[in-house]
Amino acid sequence: MTALAEGVAGAGGVAPATPIRSGRRGGGGWRFAVLGLLGLYFLVPIAASVWFTVRNRGTGEFTAEHYTGIPGADGFAESFTRSLVLAGLTVLIALALMVPTVVLVDLRLPRLRTTVELLTLMPLVVPPIALVVGVRSVLSWAPDYFLGTPLAEVFFAIQEPDLPWILVFAYVVLALPFVYRALDSGVRGADLRTLTEAARNLGASWPRVLVSVVLPVLRTSVLNAAFLTLALVLGEFTFANILGFETFPTWILRISGSAPQLSVAVSVLSLVVTWMLLLMISALDRRRGTKESA
Amino acid sequence: MLTALGTAPFFLYVAVFLLLPIGVLGVEAFRATDPVTFEETWSTDSITTITGGVYRRAYLGSLQLSLITAVLSAVLGLALAVAILRARRGLLLRRLVLTASGVLANFGGIPLAFAFIATIGSQGVVTAMLQDTLGIGLGGFSLYSMTGLALVYLYFLVPLMVLTIIPALEALRPQWREAADNLGASSWQYWRHVGGPVLLPPVLGATMLLFASAFAAYATAKALVGSSVPLVTLQIADALSSNVVVGAENLGKALALGMVVVVGLVMAFYAWVQRRTQRWLA
Repeated sequence: MTALAEGVAGAGGVAPATPIRSGRRGGGGWRFAVLGLLGLYFLVPIAASVWFTVRNRGTGEFTAEHYTGIPGADGFAESFTRSLVLAGLTVLIALALMVPTVVLVDLRLPRLRTTVELLTLMPLVVPPIALVVGVRSVLSWAPDYFLGTPLAEVFFAIQEPDLPWILVFAYVVLALPFVYRALDSGVRGADLRTLTEAARNLGASWPRVLVSVVLPVLRTSVLNAAFLTLALVLGEFTFANILGFETFPTWILRISGSAPQLSVAVSVLSLVVTWMLLLMISALDRRRGTKESA
Repeated sequence: MLTALGTAPFFLYVAVFLLLPIGVLGVEAFRATDPVTFEETWSTDSITTITGGVYRRAYLGSLQLSLITAVLSAVLGLALAVAILRARRGLLLRRLVLTASGVLANFGGIPLAFAFIATIGSQGVVTAMLQDTLGIGLGGFSLYSMTGLALVYLYFLVPLMVLTIIPALEALRPQWREAADNLGASSWQYWRHVGGPVLLPPVLGATMLLFASAFAAYATAKALVGSSVPLVTLQIADALSSNVVVGAENLGKALALGMVVVVGLVMAFYAWVQRRTQRWLA
């Protein structure tokens, strides 16, 4: 979750045109010290992880076997596919839930804005482990109180280990802050009111407006939200671990005992994947930025 | 009326999957199961239990770790942010640091733990290097301790600080500095009387965010130290996975409720700080 809180801030990280103040005064020695020290701190673990995985400690030879061995590793395909499917479903549900809400709030119900905003920010504040304990308590109602009712069947169905829907539902909640922020900034940037009114005047129905006008306008925000959610779900550990499902991160932890180098190799790879996902977001941001200024 | 219905799915969803679980915590933390008859009653036993012994130590451990890492990352992150903003040919450097911050702030959890294990774990590359060259290894330092955890937490907290504080730094108007310069103020006087007071609320707010983030962290700690370091998140996981102790489930709920209360208090303070910030930066 920690990983996530930050995504919100990260998504909006746009560089200003000019530095607040060019260093006229000199005395900038501390700057290099800070940059050097922190640069070292951030680079060494990454470099060491790569070194750890490509060098055979016994013979000193270099090998890529730990990377080439990932796809065939026991349980990898299964857990990674599951995480991908969970991520895809989470993105779909989160967008289906939030796009109409954000658009409606912006166009017709501005007085609900504060409430919606506060609710979507809550998952950032509530520790995920506390939330998952609550979810577990609710799930335990099925055997305790509802046994034999259709509701219990539903409760059991969403806890199917092959495709645990309960994780999807929970991840949608965890993704709310990022999805809302991304969509909200998109809605504020575009003049949705004029566009939708024009479409309505020309006789388009509301669903048609949503699909043909709103979605294309919000394309960048929707993609932005989707990528952040994807990164979130692929790295989420707390819910899966406490509820006892095997996803990609819990798999890494499980194999770490028997295959330490493989687990580090997978970690390096997942850093690269996060990196690419977020680079795509910033590339999208930049493209939007240049389009607007042009 | 019909348009209001359009937001119903959202509110329903949040009610079922966010508010209900938290509410359930608030209620069931006050329930107890009789070890013999398995009958449930109202009780404050769990709440009493978590305020003492190993659980009290866990709360204190978590608070200590989050406080230290939050303050350290706030200082380091602020220094880094100021350094890149004031860089002379800074555009490339700034873009690089900001992008890296965005990525590294998201690089938490399990992979981060393994990156550090590979570096300064007992079999780590740096550990081995120090052992081979100096023959001392890491000295008395152990990654699998509170200090080790703190070192790892900085890895995602410092970038988070950079990301959250940059907007506040950018809001410091150059004119203020120029005015201070023209009036003959020294660099120290500028920061003491102008920059510092303006920056204080956002820096405090960002520190709160780091604190909450470190306080809630579970995956990294789980992968690194199992349950050998006293932390609330690890204690909760322990309580839930215990099939031996009757009522451990309720204990877990009480511990989780305690976390929500702690974070709630911190956030109330954060909201207050934020209101003061708006006054300055509006």
